[in-house]
Amino acid sequence: MTPILEVRDVKKYFPSGSSRVLQRPTGQVKAVDGVSLSLQKGKTLGVVGESGCGKSTLARILMRLIEPSSGSIFLDGEDVTRLSGSDLRRMRRDIQIIFQDPYSSLNPRHSIGEIIATPLRIQKTVTKSEEVGRVKELMHLVGLNPEHFNRFPHEFSGGQRQRVGIARSLALNPKVIVADEPVSALDVSIQSQILNLMQDLQTKLQVAFVFIAHDLSVVRHIADDVAVMYLGKIVELGPANIVYGHPTHPYTKALMSAVPVANPVSGRKISRIVLTGDVPSPIDPPSGCRFRTRCWKAQDICASNEPELLDRGDGRVSACHFPELEA
Amino acid sequence: MTNTTPLLSVRDLHVSFNTADGVVKAVDGVSFDVVNGQTMGIVGESGSGKSVMVSAIMRLNFGTDVIVSGQILLNGIDLLALPESEMRQVRGSEIAMIFQDPLSALNPFYTVGYQIAEAYLVHHPKTPKAQVEAIVLNALDKVGIPDARKRMKSYPHEFSGGMRQRIVIAMALINKPKLLIADEPTTALDVTVQAQILELIDALREENNSAVMLITHDLGVVAETIQQVMVMYAGRTAEYATVQDLFDTPSHPYTQGLLRAVRSFDQSTRGSLVSISGTPPSLINLPEGCAFRPRCSQEMGPQSACATQRPNLRTIGANQSACHLSADEVSRVQREAFSK
Repeated sequence: MTPILEVRDVKKYFPSGSSRVLQRPTGQVKAVDGVSLSLQKGKTLGVVGESGCGKSTLARILMRLIEPSSGSIFLDGEDVTRLSGSDLRRMRRDIQIIFQDPYSSLNPRHSIGEIIATPLRIQKTVTKSEEVGRVKELMHLVGLNPEHFNRFPHEFSGGQRQRVGIARSLALNPKVIVADEPVSALDVSIQSQILNLMQDLQTKLQVAFVFIAHDLSVVRHIADDVAVMYLGKIVELGPANIVYGHPTHPYTKALMSAVPVANPVSGRKISRIVLTGDVPSPIDPPSGCRFRTRCWKAQDICASNEPELLDRGDGRVSACHFPELEA
Repeated sequence: MTNTTPLLSVRDLHVSFNTADGVVKAVDGVSFDVVNGQTMGIVGESGSGKSVMVSAIMRLNFGTDVIVSGQILLNGIDLLALPESEMRQVRGSEIAMIFQDPLSALNPFYTVGYQIAEAYLVHHPKTPKAQVEAIVLNALDKVGIPDARKRMKSYPHEFSGGMRQRIVIAMALINKPKLLIADEPTTALDVTVQAQILELIDALREENNSAVMLITHDLGVVAETIQQVMVMYAGRTAEYATVQDLFDTPSHPYTQGLLRAVRSFDQSTRGSLVSISGTPPSLINLPEGCAFRPRCSQEMGPQSACATQRPNLRTIGANQSACHLSADEVSRVQREAFSK
């Protein structure tokens, strides 16, 4: 089956620094450095990693909001990497985005109705007379009261605003929705409401999600497949239950053990891997394996040879010279 | 609860703001104790009054539109009754605070060494320069800043988020305060760094034998580092218990809902997540009776006490809970949803 979204060896290097003599940038930030992914219709791919690992840059590349330095993106079998003009506009119907911050992603001077109708107006998929009906239908779909379409964003709570963002992303019946940290700005009790809504919508509309988050438990719940990123590269990728059940990459393992569990264990300290230090700078990443500076298993080979993403025999790939394989 | 005299004891604290739309009762009659050497946690959603309460303890909210009443006793001295000049002696030396966002807590124009030294010099004026430098170096070492002698001359933007939070902690602890208030200290940080910072705060608490008040919205953080917890909802205490009792036998429907929501995340099944319906109420227009009633799954109807009377904290099992439900009803729900 052709994947609905496929990414092949995408790279994005941003110029950085400047030399007064040469009048040009002196370095490169390798924000995304050779990422390949695929996503099937109606499924969810979770992308996790710490801040600065390139998740949001990847999201923007998928949306064609920034141009990749190299690599290609296929949407429903069609190469969309070099589209421009009206072709690009047509492609945007099929892929939409939900942003992290429901406060800054809605124009405070536009009513909710206008915000949700904007994609319809730009793409001219419905006539003026059908527009209000479609907006109300969308509002109903995401659990907002359709009577409120004349209200403004400030009259809504964070969770309701995120519903508006979701309604807007659904307006054009896209095949893929990229959700960039859609619940991290919300309170726990509201997070579950939004995640339930997204799952319901997926079942109803067969839309595929690329779900980007730093919260591992959120991704575990919603994703079919999960990709773990570190410094612009995928270090582990596979079905969520397999990756979560038994992580093979030391970084995945550390990331998972760092999540505090809402269950106190009296008398016993939970064995936890606390990584030392911070994520190194992507301007000058470590040689060989990028994780080696924080890894407790690192040896000489890790500094000289970069590990490749290897199949671990259970539908999952990971990039490590000393993977934690099942005994 | 323990018999030792508490370090900090808050009694019937009210904080309200006069706004154009009406009076906002941000904190509405909250009482609790912080015992020396312990970590006390305050949990709640945004808008539940956690941060306003903390600024009241530090006496940071002032102006004619803010009304603060009640008692805040630090070692028996009422902070609310102190003149500002004496309060200034308390701030930073007896009680220190760590804020959520380490970048905005530091001044971008001064080196971190200068800023830490400043915090020390305010309370120890006329200390010789060399001695201050040694103290700053020692403080940076303690919070795990490598190469401290060189790094003290760096500016905040040259540090990562986790390192900045370490510097803010070094600054807060430089005068060896008896109480450290940490307002969402790890919310802006990544999970791997969050684990480092929480361990650091706990290690330093043990070393200095001080108390920590940790404000958070993350129940996972609560479970791992805290002894006594207060759950806040709409400016009031919903439940007050030891961490073990809170997680084993949650008594207030709000706490139960939160725990169920969080636990359904931890399960690998892809079923529907448990959520609490609705949104937190506006603090200007609190519902009559219990503030949680519109979202509560167990409320007893429009004629019941839930709708007419504001529930006071009372003892249910080992916990204190502000709920009208009978103890039998509470234990029935606990058995159904929380028995292991």
